[in-house]
Amino acid sequence: MRSLLVLLLVAGAAHAGGAPDPEALEHLVKQDCGSCHGLTLKGGLGPDIRPEAISHFDAETLSEVVLDGIPGTAMPPWRPLMSEAEAAWIAEYLLTGEHP
Amino acid sequence: MKRLFAPVLMSMASIAAADTIVATGDLGLVVERAEGSLLLVDQSERAAIGRIEGLGDLSHASLVYSPDERFAFVFGRDGGLSKVDIVEQEVVARVMQAGNSIGGAISDDGTLVAVSNYEPGGVRVFDTETLEMVADIPTGSKTIGLVDAPGRRFVFTTWDEGETWIADFSAGDPAITKVVGMGANPYDALITSDGRTYITGLFGQDGLTALDLWDATPEPTPVLPGYGRGQEDLPVYKMPHLEGWAKAAGEFVLPAVGHHQVLWVDATTLEETGRTDTHGQPVFAMARPDGRQVWVNFAHPLNDTIQVIDTVSKEIVHEFKPGPAVLHMEFTPRGHEVWISVRDAGKVMIYDTQTFEKLREVEADSPSGIFFTARAHRTGL
Repeated sequence: MRSLLVLLLVAGAAHAGGAPDPEALEHLVKQDCGSCHGLTLKGGLGPDIRPEAISHFDAETLSEVVLDGIPGTAMPPWRPLMSEAEAAWIAEYLLTGEHP
Repeated sequence: MKRLFAPVLMSMASIAAADTIVATGDLGLVVERAEGSLLLVDQSERAAIGRIEGLGDLSHASLVYSPDERFAFVFGRDGGLSKVDIVEQEVVARVMQAGNSIGGAISDDGTLVAVSNYEPGGVRVFDTETLEMVADIPTGSKTIGLVDAPGRRFVFTTWDEGETWIADFSAGDPAITKVVGMGANPYDALITSDGRTYITGLFGQDGLTALDLWDATPEPTPVLPGYGRGQEDLPVYKMPHLEGWAKAAGEFVLPAVGHHQVLWVDATTLEETGRTDTHGQPVFAMARPDGRQVWVNFAHPLNDTIQVIDTVSKEIVHEFKPGPAVLHMEFTPRGHEVWISVRDAGKVMIYDTQTFEKLREVEADSPSGIFFTARAHRTGL
């Protein structure tokens, strides 16, 4: 319970103000998505998620994958840590390689 | 050592030349992951004494040392294998040996260095003198948990198939023994310092699997099967590491996966002896060299914290927040101090392990792994 509370507090920082913070999210993509997908996102234990590798996804589907993960795989749900707007920002960023 | 002899002779004529002798026993390297550099550090001085650049993508990089503690073999995520001379502070050889790598090991005799690769999946083995490839062992799978074992052997495991392979180089060309049925999605492995027990952690199911490498035909032995039974799995935002495994007072201390616990296992019987609830998903659970304490760091988003567990009571005796993104810890060889990389603070922090007092901060650029040269003399590191 205690760790859940801390989790919410930490997540709260990312939610502050409601609008996605591009710098914080880019940092999260590189460093934390990068834990599995590689710092350059070309893949590691998780697959390549550079734009050319994921072009078959639309932004909405990708955003759902980020929020809810892929059950049965190592991809975790990020919903406890971010808002839907933030997941949508990340989906767009991954698909285009640029800040939305 | 032989190479140092010439400067010693010359120094007889000039005492100043003694400055050119570099003893490496208390040195170490810190991976600076963003810029692809290594920070050379001195444990006794508690200071950085140099920087070696040009090593490519060092996210998730690790390294091993030659037996003379002069050369480091650095395994980059981008498939780069670099040989670094820490006396001259320069890269002396470098090959791009694969597209995507995860770690490496050096043979007990120091003549072979092996790299495990995600892409193409398998292990490649190189001559430590020249970095020429001497063996290519494709596994058809992402390959993890590569360690050295006594008898010029390497042991590694496949993520996709759940097989452990033992590659024996004692007769030159490798003889491969495959052990199937290690379990679903092994994510990392450890070998005990006596080289006898190899344990792989499983992501795809609750539990670990052990092999007795002293057995002529090792059989998979389940360890803590179904340890999370009855509990919902929590999301894992970073895979734990087993390489920095802890063995303390006759027990293994292992991170759980999907549960905020470390698990205690009797090293002889492999039966559970306890659990300690932790602050978050453990990433490293590392024993201080004397085995009296285990230090634990955690996955995102709880990665600003460290907990210290007393191995006699199995209780948390100290908790503190070094700063944002604590990635790695390395103890001095006798355990009186610990160096901790705090990536987003851009610092390595040094603590006294008895008083928990912070002794020094060393500036570093996105520091991750810390590797002291004493690893040269440890099986599995």
